Amino acid sequence: MSHDLGPAVRDMRRYAGRARRNRVWMGLCMAATAFGLAMLGLILGALLWRGFTALGPAVFTQTTPPPGAAGGLLNAIVGSLMMSAIGVVAGAPIGVLAGTYLAEYGRSSPLAAVVRFINDILLSAPSIVVGLFVYEVAVRPMGHFSGLAGGAALAVIVVPVVLRTTEDMLRLVPTQLREAAYALGMPRSLVIRRIVYASARTGMITGVMLAVARISGETAPLLFTALNNQFFSADLGAPMASLPAVIFQFAMSPYKEWQDLAWAGALLITLTVLALSIAARALTARSSA
Amino acid sequence: MTQHTVASFDAELKELQRKIAEMGGIAEKMQSDVIDALMRQDIRLAQAVVAADPALDQLQREIEEKAILTIARRQPMAIDLRDVVATIRIANDLERVGDLVKNIAKRILALEGRFPPQSLLAGLNNMSVMALAQFKAVLDAYIQRDEHAALAVWERDGEIDHLYNSLFRELLTYMMEDPRNIGFCTHLLFSAKNIERIGDHATNVAETVYYLVTGHNLALERPKAEAADVTAPPQA
Amino acid sequence: MTVPALPEKITVRDLRFHYGASLALKGVSLPLHERRVTAFIGPSGCGKSTLLRVLNRMYDLYPGQRAEGEVLLDGHNILGRDVDVNLLRARVGMVFQKPTPFPMSIYDNIAFGVRLYEDLPRAEMDARVEAALRGAALWDEVKDKLGASGLSLSGGQQQRLCIARSVAVQPEVILLDEPCSALDPISTAKVEELIDELKERYTIAIVTHNMQQAARVSDFTAFMYLGELIEFGDTSTIFTAPRHKATQDYITGRFG
Repeated sequence: MSHDLGPAVRDMRRYAGRARRNRVWMGLCMAATAFGLAMLGLILGALLWRGFTALGPAVFTQTTPPPGAAGGLLNAIVGSLMMSAIGVVAGAPIGVLAGTYLAEYGRSSPLAAVVRFINDILLSAPSIVVGLFVYEVAVRPMGHFSGLAGGAALAVIVVPVVLRTTEDMLRLVPTQLREAAYALGMPRSLVIRRIVYASARTGMITGVMLAVARISGETAPLLFTALNNQFFSADLGAPMASLPAVIFQFAMSPYKEWQDLAWAGALLITLTVLALSIAARALTARSSA
Repeated sequence: MTQHTVASFDAELKELQRKIAEMGGIAEKMQSDVIDALMRQDIRLAQAVVAADPALDQLQREIEEKAILTIARRQPMAIDLRDVVATIRIANDLERVGDLVKNIAKRILALEGRFPPQSLLAGLNNMSVMALAQFKAVLDAYIQRDEHAALAVWERDGEIDHLYNSLFRELLTYMMEDPRNIGFCTHLLFSAKNIERIGDHATNVAETVYYLVTGHNLALERPKAEAADVTAPPQA
Repeated sequence: MTVPALPEKITVRDLRFHYGASLALKGVSLPLHERRVTAFIGPSGCGKSTLLRVLNRMYDLYPGQRAEGEVLLDGHNILGRDVDVNLLRARVGMVFQKPTPFPMSIYDNIAFGVRLYEDLPRAEMDARVEAALRGAALWDEVKDKLGASGLSLSGGQQQRLCIARSVAVQPEVILLDEPCSALDPISTAKVEELIDELKERYTIAIVTHNMQQAARVSDFTAFMYLGELIEFGDTSTIFTAPRHKATQDYITGRFG
């Protein structure tokens, strides 16, 4: 032996075999990581390259062009913003209130267990199913596609996300803090609104931001509800353009101008999601510091 | 008594108790030696008694230090607290007993060459024997943790006082008979007083043992024998 | 007994407490004397915290927890169905093991509880907040930063803030559930000093695992074991010469 590791007699062959297996295993793990990172890098590289090439002032000032002409994405951007806003304004309060019920009132009741189970299913349901559902209950009775229906579909996606994070965040609030509030003679509703929400605020806001990030890229539910609109329209009763839908349509087309706009739109969505994620992270980090 | 969760605490308490027993043994031997020295006019034995005293002082200091350390380390409660406090108090009493015995031994050395007649010593001997019996009994009570035995010692303290009072009158008579007796009679009188005080220390220890075992203080009133007697010696 | 008869602020009579199917208190009876400190001691799970949580009906928050027997506050049974627990809790304050400042400013931490039951003009509220903080020996440390978050204080300061918060609503009884177990020795000493001052005005019950603390701060001590009250008496007796062997074994560290 070249080196002496101590008085105990060691089986160096066994040790060498183990070290070799360790190296092989670690090599495999690193290869897999490198593969995943490479894919991500390629996607981001292509997106940044093609996206920034296509991005210009016109994207924000002009509406989607007819085939073969130059134009922008103004109508899609506005549509996405409006429908996302509807989705959050309608979905987040429902999610927060339902999450509050689960964390504060229901806790371990059978009803809470059922709600939690259904919410989990909703959370992982394919978004196209949500689109079909809203199509059946809103678009068909109304007789036409509309921005309102698109917002409703997004709201259905927002609810389970916000509900889940709200419940989780409220459960993280220490029981003793609640008890301390009750110990002053505080009624329950006040304890929840003034003490528990205040403690869990950053976590709950993070949940809402993550929900916004999630819906800003949704395509499938919008195809069945808001459809698309080639022209600028802020009318919620009419079909409405959205970034994901436009990207879908333009990327599939054979026209160079449309394809470029699709890249620009994809870049915009990615940057939005990135910004929201970073903001959410910063909030969480600050509250835990 | 069940063991402490922390075993070294038990070891510390045992060590303290062992040292008290050691002190008790030395003090007891000194007492019985000093009686023998007095009765046999044995100067060498009296010297040996004087020489034995520093060991008691040393042990007393050790016990005190260890007890203080135990209090600092363990913050003893209830029986443990009483136990530690009892060792400090008993060590003090034993150390005082040693001093008193040493004092008697020194008086024996001073008496050299002009010893009183045996008849005069008989009363002192009786007192010593009784005091020693009390002393042994109370040490046993401590080691056995026997509050009844302690109470019995406590109640017997009056008997020594009785003997002391009658010896006091006897010596007083001798001194009045012949002024040449005054010298050795004074030594004997002080020795008698010392023995009486050894009895008091035995009573102190009895009270401590009673408190240690039961947690209650014996009534502050001691069973004192003397009545309103003008010939009674002043009580220290 | 060397202790003179004192008025009983709270009288617990034959209290039994159920956590679902298990019985956590098996017929406990004891008094809480007015303007005295009573310590509840005993090994974990002996029911001492449970007893404390009955006194302000904190257990009401949890389904499946149930108390039987009587707890008389000034002679009125607080276990009755008709008792308004919020009003009860305003009279019987509680401070917890871990400091629980609310996520708001130091000032609001204290004013919040007061506003629940009193509509004070600004100046009076300021005075009340100051009095409470002074009462909790915290005023000098926070008077220049009343607008700062209560969470920005140190652990010991947070705990005193919580005590100030309880005191500010002017309760009659204060329950302390291991108030020093998360504090360093200096903060602990400050809280103990505070307890000494508070007992001039309030009836105090404290649960503690720290034997020395119970001996230091309390006038009466209740030793509980397996849901039963083993021994109740004045603290000086319990810690020097307890009557029961179980009490002795516990406070001298001979348990288990």
